[in-house]
This record gives sequence, C-alpha cells and structure tokens, in this order.
Amino acid sequence: MADHPNTSLPEDRGYLSEHGFRSWALTMDHKRIGVMYIWTTLGFFVVAGILALLLRLKLLVPGPALFSDHTYNVLFTMHGAMMIFLFIIPAIPSALGNFFIPLLIGCRDVAFPRLNLFSYWIFVAGIAVTVGTLAAPMDTGWTFYTPYSAQTSAAVTALSFGLFLIGMSSILTGLNFIVTIHTMRAPGMGWYRMPLFIWAMYATSVIQVLSTPVIGITFLLLAAERVFGIGFFDPAKGGDPLLFQHFFWFYSHPVVYVMILPAMGIVSEVVPVFARKPIFGYKAIAYSALAIALIGFLVWGHHMFVSGMSTVAGVIFSFLTFFVAVPTGMKIFNWIATLYKGSITFESPMLYALSFIFLFIIGGLTGLFLGALATDVHVHDTYFLVAHFHYTMMGGTVMGLFAGLHYWFPKMTGRMFNETWAKSAWWLVVSGFNVTFFPMFILGMQGMPRRYAEYPAKYQALNVVATVGSWFLALGVIIMFANFIKSLRNGPLAPDNPWRGLTLEWQTTSPPPEENFHEIPTVTDWPYGYGSRNEAPRE
Amino acid sequence: MAAYKIYFVVWGALLVLTAVTVAVSYLNLGLWNATVALAIASLKAGLVALYFMHLRHEIKLVLGFAIFPFLILGLILVGTLVDAIYRF
Amino acid sequence: MSDNHEAPNGAPVSARLGIWAFLATELLLFGALFTAYAQFRITHAELFHQEHLKLNRVLGALNTLVLLTSSLTIAIGIAAIRRGLQKLLKVCLSLTLALACGFLFIKYLEWSHDFHMGWFPRTNLFFGLYFMMTGLHGLHVLAGMGVMIWLLYKAQRGSFSAEYNTPVEITGLYWHFVDLVWIYLFPLLYLIG
Ligand code: HEM
Ligand SMILES: [Cu+2]
Repeated sequence: MADHPNTSLPEDRGYLSEHGFRSWALTMDHKRIGVMYIWTTLGFFVVAGILALLLRLKLLVPGPALFSDHTYNVLFTMHGAMMIFLFIIPAIPSALGNFFIPLLIGCRDVAFPRLNLFSYWIFVAGIAVTVGTLAAPMDTGWTFYTPYSAQTSAAVTALSFGLFLIGMSSILTGLNFIVTIHTMRAPGMGWYRMPLFIWAMYATSVIQVLSTPVIGITFLLLAAERVFGIGFFDPAKGGDPLLFQHFFWFYSHPVVYVMILPAMGIVSEVVPVFARKPIFGYKAIAYSALAIALIGFLVWGHHMFVSGMSTVAGVIFSFLTFFVAVPTGMKIFNWIATLYKGSITFESPMLYALSFIFLFIIGGLTGLFLGALATDVHVHDTYFLVAHFHYTMMGGTVMGLFAGLHYWFPKMTGRMFNETWAKSAWWLVVSGFNVTFFPMFILGMQGMPRRYAEYPAKYQALNVVATVGSWFLALGVIIMFANFIKSLRNGPLAPDNPWRGLTLEWQTTSPPPEENFHEIPTVTDWPYGYGSRNEAPRE
Repeated sequence: MAAYKIYFVVWGALLVLTAVTVAVSYLNLGLWNATVALAIASLKAGLVALYFMHLRHEIKLVLGFAIFPFLILGLILVGTLVDAIYRF
Repeated sequence: MSDNHEAPNGAPVSARLGIWAFLATELLLFGALFTAYAQFRITHAELFHQEHLKLNRVLGALNTLVLLTSSLTIAIGIAAIRRGLQKLLKVCLSLTLALACGFLFIKYLEWSHDFHMGWFPRTNLFFGLYFMMTGLHGLHVLAGMGVMIWLLYKAQRGSFSAEYNTPVEITGLYWHFVDLVWIYLFPLLYLIG
C-alpha cells in the first residue's frame, strides 16, 4: 500500500452517491439491496455468534452453571435457527449474489428489480415475526421435530409463519437470479464464458426455488397441527412423525448446498486470480455444481438413519449419499490443480479461500462417516456431528463468505482495507476455529451427545479447550469487522482492479456507477485467461 | 370466432372427460378406479397445459422449466413412499 | 448473448421463465401435500374409502366444470387482447371473476355442510387432508381473484393492448395452474379417496 494513501472523499461515489433512508429503503438497485442484505445477515451472524459464546461459556463446567437447562435449550435453538435461516442461507446468495451477479454477467440490474426489493422486505417482515416469538422463545432445536414442536408452549405457530415469509424471500430471490442469468448476459457471454460464481449461483437458485416450498408447506402443516389439531405428524391420531422429518430434510439437506455452492463459487473466482493461472477444469467445476444440486435432492434420508426409518430406505439413502462426494471431490481436485505451479500470492481473500479448501475437505470427509449407515448409528447426535457441520458451514461457507467480503470489499465500497490487520484476523479466525471445533470430533467419538446442558466430568478437558478456542475465534472476527468498518470511513481509495482480475466487475469503477457499466461490455473470451497459457473451454 | 375455436374444442373435451371420470367412479373396478381417475386427470392436465397454457408453441427452455419440477416432485414422492411402504 | 428469442406468445421470455419458475415452486408446495396424501392413502386405505364417500360428488363435479370454464374464459381473454380487443378482454376477465366467485360459493356450501355434520380438520386424517388441500387451493383462487381485479382496473384504464399484455398472460398461466391442481384434487378426494 502507498505511503501516503489518498483517503480524501472522492467526488464520484458511484451507486453510493445518494443519501437518506428512502434512497435505501425504496431502492431497486441490486447493489444497494445487496448491501442491505449484507448488513442484515452479518448483524444476525453477530447476534447468533454471541449466543454461541454463551453456550460455550456454560460448557466450561460439566455441572449446572450460569443459566437453567431450559435457557440452554432456548439458546442453542436460537443460535442454530438464526445462523441457518437468518445468516447462512441468505448471506452469500442474497447479499453477494445480488450485488455481483449483474456485475459479473455484465448487465444493469436483475431481471425483476421490483420483485428484488419485495424479496428484501418480506425477508425483513419474516425476521420481525421471528423476533416477535422471543416472547415465548423456542426450545425445540432448529429442526422443530414433531411431536414435541406440536405440543410445546413455545411460539411455534408464529415462528412457522415468520420462517414461511423468509422462505418466500429466498424463493423469489432464486427465481430472479435464474431468469437474470438466462436472459441478461452481456453480448458475447455464452454459457462457457460465464464466471464460475454464476454457475454456482445458478445451481443454488434452482435448489432454492424447488426445495423451499416444501419447507413452507411443512411449516404450514405444523401450524395447522397446533391450531386446528390435524394429526398428520401425530401418531396418536394415526399420523406419522417421520413424515415431518422427510419433509423437513427434503428441504434441509438440499439447502446445505444453498449454503455451500455459492461459497464454492467464490473460491473458484479467488483461486485463479491469486494463483495467476487459468482455472483448471472449468467445465468440470461448472457441471459439478449442477450435479451437486441435483444429487442433493436424493439423499435427505441420511439424517434419519436412527429415527426409525425403514432399513431399506436407510440403505438406499446411505448408498446415494456417497454420490454427492463425487462432484464435491472433483471441485476440490480442480482447485488444487489450479494452484499447482501457480504464482501464488497470499493476500487475505486467498488465505480465506485456501482455508475453505482445507477445512471443507475435513468437513466433507467426515460427512462420509456420517453418511455410512453403520458408522452413523454410533456417532449420530454426538459432538462428531456438531464438528462435521461446523467444519462444512463455518469452515466452508463462512470462510468462503469472508474470502468474498475481502475480495470484493474494494469494489463494493471504493476503499481498501488494511491488509496487515486482515491477516492477523485471519490467523485468529482459522486457528481459533480449529481449536474450537476439532476437539468436538474426539468428544463425539468418545460418545458425548449434543444438545445437553450438562455432561459427565470426563469430557471436561476438551470442552475447556473448545471454549478457549471460541474466544480466539471471536477476537479474530471482531478484528476483521473493525478493520472493515474503519476502512469504510478512511481506508485508502481503491483502484478499479486491485487484484488484477479478469471478470467483468473489475472493468467498471470502484464503486460501480448506478447503472453498473457506462457502456455494456462485449465479451470476447472466458474470464480465466491468466498467465501465458489460455485454454478457454470450447462451446 | 374461428381463432377461439380451438379453446372451445379443448373446453368441450375437458367437460366430457370430467363426465367420464365421474361416471366411472360409480363403477367398482377395484384398483382400476384410481388408475383410470388419475389417467383421465393427467389427460385433462395435459390438455390445459398444451392448449390453454400454450406449451404447444413454447421454446425448449420454457418447456424445460415446466417439466423439470415434476422430476423433483417424483423424488419426494418416491423417497417418502419407499420408506413408508417398508415401515408399515 | 442470451436466451432471449423472439417470443411466440407475446410476453417476453424473461416473464415466461419467471412465471414458470414460480409455478414450479407452487407445484412443490402442493407436492408435499400430495405426498402426504399418497402415504396416508396407502397406510389408511380403509379410512380413506369410508370417509371419501361422505363428500358430495355432484357438487365437486360442478365445481370442476366451473373452474374449467373459467380457464376457458381467461384463455379467450388473452387471445382477445393479443388482437387488441380491449372490450372482449374486460368481458372475459369479468366472467372469469364471476366463475371464481361461483367456485368459492360452492366450496362454501360444501364446507358449511361438513361443519354442520361435525366434520372438521381434526376429525381424522382424511378430513385433515381434505381441508388442507382444498383450503390451500381456495387461498390460491382468492389470490388469483385479487390479481384479476387489479387487471380489470388496469384494463379499464386502457393499459393493455396487442403490444403490451404481459400481466394478463402471466395471470392466465397462474390461473390455469390453479385449475390444474383442482383437476387432480377432484378425483383424489371425491372419487377415489
Ligand atoms: C460431502 C458432503 C456431505 C456429506 C456426505 C454430509 C453428510 C451428512 C450426514 C450423513 C449428516 C447426518 C448425520 C446425523 O444426523 O447423524 C449430516 C449432518 C449435517 N450436515 Fe452434512 N454432509 C455433507 C456436507 C455438508 C455441507 C456442505 C453442509 C453445510 C454447509 C452440511 C451441513 C450439515 C448439518 C447442518 C448437519 C446437521 C443437521 C442436524 O442438526 O441434525 N453438510 N451431514
Ligand atoms: Cu444432509
């Protein structure tokens, strides 16, 4: 960075020129809507994160401490539900997707800008209803299993309604992206010239559109169960609690790919830029995103192995689960092959992208332990599972999100962040993460069950390690956000293309003008022609 | 009026099919009752989709959008039923 | 480059893709209910058989005719406005609305009879499904009516023409979908339960 960074206010603030509440609340600019999603989702990341720190704090000691067991149940439910529905599902698609899909495909806005704004506001409405349920807070776990959720005095009905609205927002956003990607690409941008982030977002959107309605109706049925006393999920009335689980996981397994695919998309953008090499296996990465989306619809039963589901179904679902690993492994292979003999530099976006690859390998491989019927019977509902999904969701998705935030920060804000601070934050986040969650694999193998406020004293040592790790993780995140916020105000002005990237967003100004491009670019090549060799895929 | 003729023809066919399916429901054909009812319903659905919803003239992409979701619907049906059938 | 081909149907490709994607979500929304239906019909065959005989087949069939006819009227309305016939469009929209009202009225008769007989959603699995499915479908009819009132208002102000009629066409597709759902609900609930 220059010795005397130019931090004075530039005269042209692009899409950020206008000020005032209305200029944001009523905007149809996909970039501003994206920014609103970023603030909203990161806000819930912080809130749910604080809850997690409280949970970990309690777990320092095996016996009762701090708060009651019921409060513990409420806290882990709120932590999980907020992280999943209010943070991680919308965090990359709705926030970065909104901001960058039109920029990466070279158009002025999404296909339905008004619908886009509507999606944001029903998201907020859903949040309002959800927050309202704090009056009788949920204690069901984020999975809301019946029959307990049909009987508890917590505000399940209101929450169902709130989550229904949030789901609608998710559906409409996905629908908007699908149509945008089909119809708005810049002249010359055939399917094989699309950045891989766009392929990933396309696959993500397909999942959102086709799986979210199922959870929507499931929530409606749960509400009807409570309000009208229908008994679809109640064995006492001839219903079937497992039907609820089928419906729930028919959505909730595919949705883990709504979380991970966009992060994979970001990694596919960041790795070639900082390795200065063409992406290896473009078509394989592109089609594996679609394959993951499709196969993801076939495996939901692996969450139900010990629920009493029929063994036949268990065997089939276990068998199918292994197929998801194939396209996933292909992606990882291709990223590593891209790195091979690259001129790698380790700026913060790349550090996070590499952490993604490393941590997600662990998360994915342990998924196979869980997907194998016989081993899952032993580690199901233990801390092994907790470790698995934190390695995929925090180690995977959140690392991808952080990579994207650092990578695109200059474009979104027009300013650079402080790289030294970013690197220190990265050290803390990644080491803190591993210290927090790796012990959980061991605890799980030793048999410590999840979702209990208290545990046998023999598990205490590793729990202390995990709790201390969570403090380092938190400190890292605080430093990262502080760095962002400080840079927002007085970071040095960002050049248009700080990382020398080839995708279209780097061809416009930082921050982009309201119409994105003064003139719509014409695309003549794929966006990964780094270095000397340029092996563009054939149409 | 000629331009609208096709719609009236399709509508007529739909009414006739409705009459047929109601009539058949009064016979006792065992399992065939359900099969016939669903077959007739699908025939009617096909007519509505092809003529009223203009799928007959649609481009391939839109056709894909119309057909693909049925695959996913098939998955949830089959997956859930495979379990239920072996469980009960 | 994009997939934006010349539209054979008037509405731009983006609008058609959008509405079909939306109908896809609707399909899966009802799809879960159909799945529940399939499972319970298998596990409670006897119950379904007895209970479905309680429904009024004639009223159900009548409602099918009403809804099919409303699909006809809106299809004609779209064909009309594509030729720029604003008056015919308004007639067709009004007819469709009237038929939708008729549908809901008949549904109201059926439901009040059910309640009168003491059949409620909580009565048993069959009636639970019956009320959830027809209720959700009824909500879709209501939503469609809301949109059509808005279309009628716009048509009154001369907003639609041979060149611009996308909202009419999109609404039409939605309405036909609502019809499609009923085409399956009717036999599943009234005829073969
Ligand atoms: C190779 C890929 C993956 C495989 C094979 C896999 C497999 C599994 C299996 C079998 C379970 C159920 C374990 C049990 O309940 O005993 C599970 C749980 C879970 N997985 Fe994965 N998984 C994979 C990737 C992911 C990804 C990418 C995410 C999210 C970004 C994720 C998030 C979760 C979550 C949240 C749970 C726990 C759900 C609960 O609360 O019960 N997984 N995984
Ligand atoms: Cu899963």
